[in-house]
Amino acid sequence: MNQVSNVSVPPAQSGLQSRLGGMSDRAVAWLFISPTLLLLLAINIFPLIWTVHMSLTNFKANMGWMKYKSVGIANYVSILTDADIWTSMQTTAHFVFWSIFLEVVLGFGLALLINRKFRGHSFWTTIILLPMMLSPAVVGNFWTFLFQPQSGLFNYVVSFFTGIDPASFQMIGDVKLAPWTIVLVDVWMWTPYVMLICLAGLRSIPDYIYEAAEVDRASAWRRFRAVTLPMVMPFLMLAVLFRGIENFKMFDMVNLLTNGGPGSLTETVSITLKRAAFEKWQTGWSSALAILLFVTVFGAANIYIKVLNRVKQR
Amino acid sequence: MMGKATAHSVVEASAVSRALSGAVVALYALITITPLLWIFLTSIKTPSDSVSYPPKVFSEPTVEGYCNLFTFHSRQDSDYIAHLPPPTGRCDRLARSRGMVIAGASKTPGRLLNSLIIGFGSTFLSVFLGTLAAYAFSRFKVPAKDDLMFFILSTRFMPPIAVAIPIYLMYRQLGLIDTAVGMILLYTSVNVSLAVWLLKGFIDEIPREYEEAALVDGYTRLQAFVKTVLPQAATGIAATAVFCLIFAWNEYAFAVLLTSGTAQTMPPFIPFIIGEGGQDWPAVAAGTTLFVVPILCFTILLRKHLLRGITFGAVRK
Repeated sequence: MNQVSNVSVPPAQSGLQSRLGGMSDRAVAWLFISPTLLLLLAINIFPLIWTVHMSLTNFKANMGWMKYKSVGIANYVSILTDADIWTSMQTTAHFVFWSIFLEVVLGFGLALLINRKFRGHSFWTTIILLPMMLSPAVVGNFWTFLFQPQSGLFNYVVSFFTGIDPASFQMIGDVKLAPWTIVLVDVWMWTPYVMLICLAGLRSIPDYIYEAAEVDRASAWRRFRAVTLPMVMPFLMLAVLFRGIENFKMFDMVNLLTNGGPGSLTETVSITLKRAAFEKWQTGWSSALAILLFVTVFGAANIYIKVLNRVKQR
Repeated sequence: MMGKATAHSVVEASAVSRALSGAVVALYALITITPLLWIFLTSIKTPSDSVSYPPKVFSEPTVEGYCNLFTFHSRQDSDYIAHLPPPTGRCDRLARSRGMVIAGASKTPGRLLNSLIIGFGSTFLSVFLGTLAAYAFSRFKVPAKDDLMFFILSTRFMPPIAVAIPIYLMYRQLGLIDTAVGMILLYTSVNVSLAVWLLKGFIDEIPREYEEAALVDGYTRLQAFVKTVLPQAATGIAATAVFCLIFAWNEYAFAVLLTSGTAQTMPPFIPFIIGEGGQDWPAVAAGTTLFVVPILCFTILLRKHLLRGITFGAVRK
């Protein structure tokens, strides 16, 4: 891309300046970019700065008439020493780790199979992709119906194959099963995402590398270890990082599926934040939590975009 | 080339292993599609069939779920119903057979309309802004270009709940809570980053020679942009628009926190479709079906550009 942009500043351009409707390229560039930047400054950056300000106060948004005062970093201290926050961090970590682990195993596996180009592979691939673009909220809501202990399809299918009484377990209300319920629905939705990106990685491997490996009589496992895996790795990283960020801040699906329950067993950080900000109205405290979340996500996003740019160059 | 000639080539998997792979993938696809089929099947069941055990796969199809989705019912005694003029439509007849009377339209049409207005409004704005910015980033020397591009994309990663707190306060001050304008601006700010990144990829692929020829012919920069770049970027712009539309259509977190009535969209509304004595699952399924089907169609249409869309234009296939 750099080569192209070097070519793009032909010497003739300065001669053309007069014909550009009185506007230099630089002016056009800023005219085109600034609306986007202004919008982002107004709706993302300004609120962010405001959040930082509020995080240092004991402001409560439902009692806006009350004078609030600065409390320094007390909110941050209270969050970092709060056992409940660490519990919800653990819940989030469990959710992020297992959902992504299963998505990678299933997604990579499916991609390897699809890459064998059997008949009808593109039809089945399209079917597998369908859940990915749906609304996590609307679909999460519908899964509560599938998980109903008496009449739900999920319990019926499980009991059909295992003989367990379908009324004897509930995916959403059970202390042991609920954390896995959100993992299950997330895996259902996002395995195709990992699969699609892995498939692109597999297709980026030129045939001659495999042919060379074959000439060397490398075993199938060795070919996988030495060729497939390293070549797909950047793509896999891309998928894992993106899903990691998205699942770390997961709100909509969990909110409608379990709403953090039973108790606070599936309360991911975003649910904790929602409860603190919009149910308990601890605006100052939750602003501090929001900033901590944002810093974490921003750090991860930073790495993500670096990987993104590296993949782009391939 | 030699590899392809041998029977056990890795590049060309053997017929048996290919057939097996196909079977496994097809099985996974069938499992994955079952919940979606179940949504549709539930939407054409009667309320009692929808919760029967063991689950009924097929039952006498009925439009009752769709009727209940779009109308309000009230229970009346049989005397009252007997003295009413004859029912005017299928929904009316179904309601009366259950001892109910249709009392008017439900909130669903309004919520659908909100979803459409906010979806299309924010899509139009983000694609408009995104095309301009992407063109500038693609063609001009912009100072700190990489940093600006990074900044633009990083805004997309903000946790919605974290952003919602100050947005809620800001919108309360500006009177934008529960308004379509507020939601359009908010969704635009989320989508514009995707639009810029995707469209920059598309515009990068258009050869510069066309514009340069146009410039030499005496067009101004703006004219060259409108007459040569826009038509060639049309497919990319359309694909980007569909991605923006899908996001805005599906979005829940901001919608549930910042809208409650006039500007409420479908996602926060669907879970609260309730009938007599609890959730009316066929009606919920009917709403979900209507909500989901356009997205399924778009996903199939977008198939070729899907990879680009989900990786912000980094992976092009």
